[in-house]
Amino acid sequence: MSVTVGVVVFPGTNCEHDVVEAVARAGGEARTVWHADRRLTGVDAVVLPGGFAHGDYLRPGAIARFSPVMAAVEELARAGGPVVGICNGFQILTEAHLLPGALQKNRGLAFVCAPAELEVVTDRSVLTAGVAVGRRLRVPVNHFEGNFTCDPSTLAELVDQDRIVLRYVHNPNGSVADIAGISNEAGNVVGLMPHPERASDPLLGSEDGLVLLAALLASAGAPMASPRSGAPPVPSDGSGSGAFGAVAAAAT
Amino acid sequence: MSRFAALVEVRLRPGIADPAGTTIERSLAALGFADVSGVRTGKAIRLEVEADDAAAARSRVEELCRRFLTNPVIEDALVSLEEQAR
Repeated sequence: MSVTVGVVVFPGTNCEHDVVEAVARAGGEARTVWHADRRLTGVDAVVLPGGFAHGDYLRPGAIARFSPVMAAVEELARAGGPVVGICNGFQILTEAHLLPGALQKNRGLAFVCAPAELEVVTDRSVLTAGVAVGRRLRVPVNHFEGNFTCDPSTLAELVDQDRIVLRYVHNPNGSVADIAGISNEAGNVVGLMPHPERASDPLLGSEDGLVLLAALLASAGAPMASPRSGAPPVPSDGSGSGAFGAVAAAAT
Repeated sequence: MSRFAALVEVRLRPGIADPAGTTIERSLAALGFADVSGVRTGKAIRLEVEADDAAAARSRVEELCRRFLTNPVIEDALVSLEEQAR
């Protein structure tokens, strides 16, 4: 049985179909979840995709954080379920305090839309479990507020706890320590500015995003093999999708 | 209860880059305003709040700023209050 990924759609989200398609190419199943839904039943992992949730009014992610679905997303995250925020999704995760720091406007006030060379910094996250540390991936970025910032003690914590997931080889936006993606302490919540779904087909110029999405599917299929335990990801035993669904449903 | 008009000025914290402010400042010399400096951009939000007195109104608005109107990692807020005539 394949892994099912819930792709949350807020008003103004615009990358959900790309993520659904890319997850399928990576061997999983994905379905969209409307932001007003309070349940994530039957979902093994959640992706908050890119776009402009709630118009990015006030600040990117500031209002999306209060959408009804976020209570279930937080419950899934606290239960150890994989939660990945891409671009606007990363901004939402910081506003929801599921990840530290903030995404400020790019250095030089430049909107950046270009392929980015990324380096995998750790394999202790659901997005990079089983991926060789130091491996370089070519994945596009497309953002205005992607300049990750945090106070020095938070940065020290991210480094000490091995929570910097991906770094830019050539920093496109001024982010502190060249950070492209980070995780929570357990490694099951990951936010990144680059778009793996836009590097999922040879026609798009790169398939490197599938490496990350395949790692996510493997992590979701083997929730007990926490990336933090140091154990390699185990393929799904077929016991089923919805491993975290019951937990998330109970949260409502 | 009284009604208070509040003006919330959301500002980037000192040390947080303000590329919009920098860009505005850079263009000033060309307009003959080379004597102007220290340009910082932000947001202004007006709202009204019911409260017993000015202190209570301020405390409500400041809580709102902390929990929603600002991201404390990169922003702070300056709150001005004015009691409204009944």
